[in-house]
Amino acid sequence: MTGAPAADEREAVLEVQGVDVHLGNRQVLSDVSFTVGANDFTGLIGANGAGKTTLMRVILGLQPPSSGRVRISGREGRHRSTIGYVPQKFVFDPDMPLRARDLVALGIDAQRWGIALPSRSRRERVEAMLAAVNGLQFADTRIGRLSGGEQQRVLIAHALISEPTLLLLDEPLANLDPASTQEVVSLLAKIAAEQNIAVLISAHEMNPLLPVLDRIIYVAAGRAASGRTDEVVRADVLSKLYGDHVDVLHVHGRVLVVTGAGEGLDLHGHEGAITDGEVLR
Amino acid sequence: MVNAWEVASIVAVVAGVVGFFTVLRGSAFVAHAVPNGSFAGAAGASLLGISTLFGLGVFSLVGALSIGVMGRRGRRDAVTALALVTMLGLGGLFLSFTTQYAAETYSLLFGEVLGVSTNELIPTAALAALCVVAVAVLYRRMMLSSVLTEVGEARGISAFGVELLFLAVVALASTMTVPVVGTLLIFSLMIGPPAAARSLVSRPAQAMWLSVALALLTVWTAIAASYATNYPVGFFVGTVSAALYAVGRGFAGWRSGGGLVSATTAAAGA
Repeated sequence: MTGAPAADEREAVLEVQGVDVHLGNRQVLSDVSFTVGANDFTGLIGANGAGKTTLMRVILGLQPPSSGRVRISGREGRHRSTIGYVPQKFVFDPDMPLRARDLVALGIDAQRWGIALPSRSRRERVEAMLAAVNGLQFADTRIGRLSGGEQQRVLIAHALISEPTLLLLDEPLANLDPASTQEVVSLLAKIAAEQNIAVLISAHEMNPLLPVLDRIIYVAAGRAASGRTDEVVRADVLSKLYGDHVDVLHVHGRVLVVTGAGEGLDLHGHEGAITDGEVLR
Repeated sequence: MVNAWEVASIVAVVAGVVGFFTVLRGSAFVAHAVPNGSFAGAAGASLLGISTLFGLGVFSLVGALSIGVMGRRGRRDAVTALALVTMLGLGGLFLSFTTQYAAETYSLLFGEVLGVSTNELIPTAALAALCVVAVAVLYRRMMLSSVLTEVGEARGISAFGVELLFLAVVALASTMTVPVVGTLLIFSLMIGPPAAARSLVSRPAQAMWLSVALALLTVWTAIAASYATNYPVGFFVGTVSAALYAVGRGFAGWRSGGGLVSATTAAAGA
C-alpha cells in the first residue's frame, strides 16, 4: 500500500495497549494492542462477533477494559470531544420532526446544557459540513425519510462537525448496496485527506476498503494483529491469529480469507457464502 | 371561569412542551401510566386530609422513577404496566376508605377545570415554570439522547440519566395537570397536539411551538364547548385532541402526495 512509516513513529492519535475485556465469563478481547497515527485511514476488520464493536466501545470509554489502557492523543481517561462516532445501528422514525441539518447541528455541542440559539456561524458550519458529505440537496428533508446511504452521510457530518481528531465508524457499510458503499468509501477517503483526521472504520468485508486503507487491524478470536495491509493479510500472520490454518487468496483483485480448513470453508473478507467452485472459478 | 381559562392554558403549555419529548422518545405509555397511577396519591392525600397536590406529586415521582430504575434492563413497557396497576390498586384501596366516593373519583379521573379555585393558580404556575425550565435546560442533551442514544453516551450524555430526568419532568407535569384535567385526559393533551404538530412541520423548535399552540387550541375549544353545552370538558379535550391528530396526518399525507405510503416505505427500508 502506501509507504507510510509505522504509526508509532509518528504522533499517535489512539494507543490501545494490552486491552482485555471480559463480558460475564466470556473473554471477548485478549491482549489487544495497536496504534493509530494522525491522518491514518485504518480498517478494523474481522468476522461478525470477533469483538470489533466491543473494541469500539472500549475506545469510546463506554466499556471499561478488564486490564490494559487506552490513550487518546497521548492522554488516558475519557476525552470524548476528540472522537467523532458513527454507530452501527440507528433507526429514525420517518415522522420525527428533525431535518438532516438539525441532526448535523446537534453534533456541534449537544453535550451542553440549555438551548442553542440559531446563529449565522452555526448555520454556516452546518452548511459547510453537509457540503463536505455531498448532502446539501437533502439538508431540509426529515432524517427518517432519507435512504440508508444518505442517513450514513448525515451521521458522518454530525460526527465531524465538532472537529474531532479521530473518527470512529462502526460497520458503516454493513447495510448499504454496492453503489452506496463505493460512495461512502470514497467520501471518507476524501474527508480523511481534507480534514486532517484519523479514521478507524470497522467492517466484516474488507474488499471495498482495501484501495483506501493505510493500515489494518485484523481481529479474530478476541485477538488482534495490526500493521500495513500487506503485512497483516498474509496466511502466516492470520493463521497465528486464528490459531488454525488460514489461507489468503487473491482472486480478481479481491482478497479472500479462508478459515476452518478441516470443516466447511469459511470465507472472510467476502460478502455472503461462497462454495468451493465459486472460489476456483 | 376566568381561573379555568388561566389554569387550563398553563396546563396546555406544559403538556405541549413535555409532550413533544414524550412523543419523540416513544414514551406515550409512560405519559399515560404516571398520571393514571398518581390518582392513588390524590386519593390517599384526601384520606389523610393533606394537600391533594402533595399526594399527586409523591406518587407521580415515585411511580415515574421506579419505571426508570426498573426499566433500565429489560422491557420498560412491562415495568410501566406493573407500576400502573400497583398504583391503581392502591388508589382503589384508598378510595374505599373515603366517604365521598363518587364525586372524589369523578373529579380525579376527569378533572374539574371549571371548578379550579384561586389558591390552585399559584402552585400550578410554579410547577409549570419548573417543567418548562427543566425542558429548556435539558433540551440539547435530551434531543441527542432520544435520537441517537449511543452517540449521546459516547459524548458523555448518560441515557439512564436523561431517562430519569425526563420521567421526573413527566411526573411534575402530571402533578399539576391532574387536578385540572384529570388523570385520564392529561394523556390525551400530552400526546394528541405534539403528534399532530410533528406531522405538520419538520423543524424541532417549530414542532414544539406548534404543539403548545395546538394544546392551547384544544383546551380553549373544550372549555368553551363545555360551557355552552354543559357536557363534560373531558369529552371535548379527548375528541378535539384526537381530531387534531387526524387532521394533521391527513394534511401531511395530502401535502406530500401519499405521505403515509412513503413514510411506511421509508420505515421498511431503514
